[in-house]
Amino acid sequence: MALTIIKYNAGNIQSVLYALERIGVSAMVTNDHEEIGKADKVIFPGVGEASSAMKYLKEKKLDELIKNLKQPVLGICLGMQLMCTYSEENNTECLGIFDEYVKKFKAPDRAANSPLPSLKIPQIGWNNIYDLKSGLFKNIEEKSYCYFVHGYYAALGNHTIATTDYVQPYSSALHKNNFYGVQFHPEKSAVTGEKILKNFLEL
Amino acid sequence: MLTKRIIPCLDIKDGRTVKGTHFVDLRDAGDPVELGTLYAQQGADELVFLDITATVEKRKTLSELVNRIAHHINIPFTVGGGISSVEDVSVLLQNGADKISVNTSAFKKPSLINDLAKEFGSQCVVLAIDTKKEEDNEWYVYLNGGRTKTDSSCFDWAKQAVDLGAGEILLTSMNHDGTKQGFALDITRTLTAGLPVPVIASGGGGTMQHFVDVFEKTGVDAALAASIFHFKEISIPDLKNYLSRNNITVRI
Repeated sequence: MALTIIKYNAGNIQSVLYALERIGVSAMVTNDHEEIGKADKVIFPGVGEASSAMKYLKEKKLDELIKNLKQPVLGICLGMQLMCTYSEENNTECLGIFDEYVKKFKAPDRAANSPLPSLKIPQIGWNNIYDLKSGLFKNIEEKSYCYFVHGYYAALGNHTIATTDYVQPYSSALHKNNFYGVQFHPEKSAVTGEKILKNFLEL
Repeated sequence: MLTKRIIPCLDIKDGRTVKGTHFVDLRDAGDPVELGTLYAQQGADELVFLDITATVEKRKTLSELVNRIAHHINIPFTVGGGISSVEDVSVLLQNGADKISVNTSAFKKPSLINDLAKEFGSQCVVLAIDTKKEEDNEWYVYLNGGRTKTDSSCFDWAKQAVDLGAGEILLTSMNHDGTKQGFALDITRTLTAGLPVPVIASGGGGTMQHFVDVFEKTGVDAALAASIFHFKEISIPDLKNYLSRNNITVRI
């Protein structure tokens, strides 16, 4: 099976590559249109900022390419957000694969001088995923924990296949046709993450 | 619900794990990759690797070790020790580190924090602070692995660093580190209440109840310890079960 990781100006590609190696799969990291187009599966990772990532994708004409892929595609973190319509992060028009807006987390109001800690944004750490609805989560238990690092989120919608609570319930995974996206980092989510990556490879 | 995190810290010297009491009396506790993998399997939420000799001896944390760790470990990890430039960080992140921590170099040149946050994002910039409560009841910042006192207050420096872009604070109380008498609740609470970023409490965890106390009484996001894990005085599965029974949300 030919697996391709889309190379662009958003980090954590190495981590994804190593996680795949741990489950015994090798992948090619490339921004070459032909290689991406002929792959059996494509992973679209990302840690970074939306507008500069979209700018890069457009310059390399990867935006049109990604939208038109027919094989299973998995967006991770920023990758998933870029697959939505629009992101509040620097008011960025995104790929429009999922009909969702990406919004910034807003901490609820708290009394001045409250001794309690404020809600931290971005969300960093382990949170659970529930209402799991896709083959991507085959043999994954409800409320399994995954590792998240993000300040922006996709609201719940028609494409939601996993939900997580932070400030409010939001989409921790999306699915439409051959496109999948996860807000968390499967490559850093211990055994649960490895199972999800394996499930993607078996779709 | 977002969980509280348990973070084993592996102090590294010459590629091996060491842990000193009050930063001296180093003892060898094994190979960092093997130990880190074991902790990940046992349910550690994150790992911190600190090259404790790096600042003093002006050495760089070996990127090869980071690369080896990244290949083997399936949870996030932070690397610190002797990091003083954007280039240092770039190499570590490229080799698979998820976050980096800065301490002395950031204090001496606060703009480093801003540069790192701009280049790589605040989420991967951890500010480590070694702090000590003096007779005047003030918590002061110490540098160079606790060897050099400064006149700066711990909270003021933490606040400034967060304003510059630090995404997380790793707070070590030198009064408590190595004592196994519990975490520094007062300064930890001061930071968690006053800062909009996660805080990791470090120094003093000796019993499972100490971890319950620091989570319940300070609202801290994570607790870090070293020797109690390395010498199997507390196992991570036991600790997490204990926290869970005490209504602390943890990943089990």
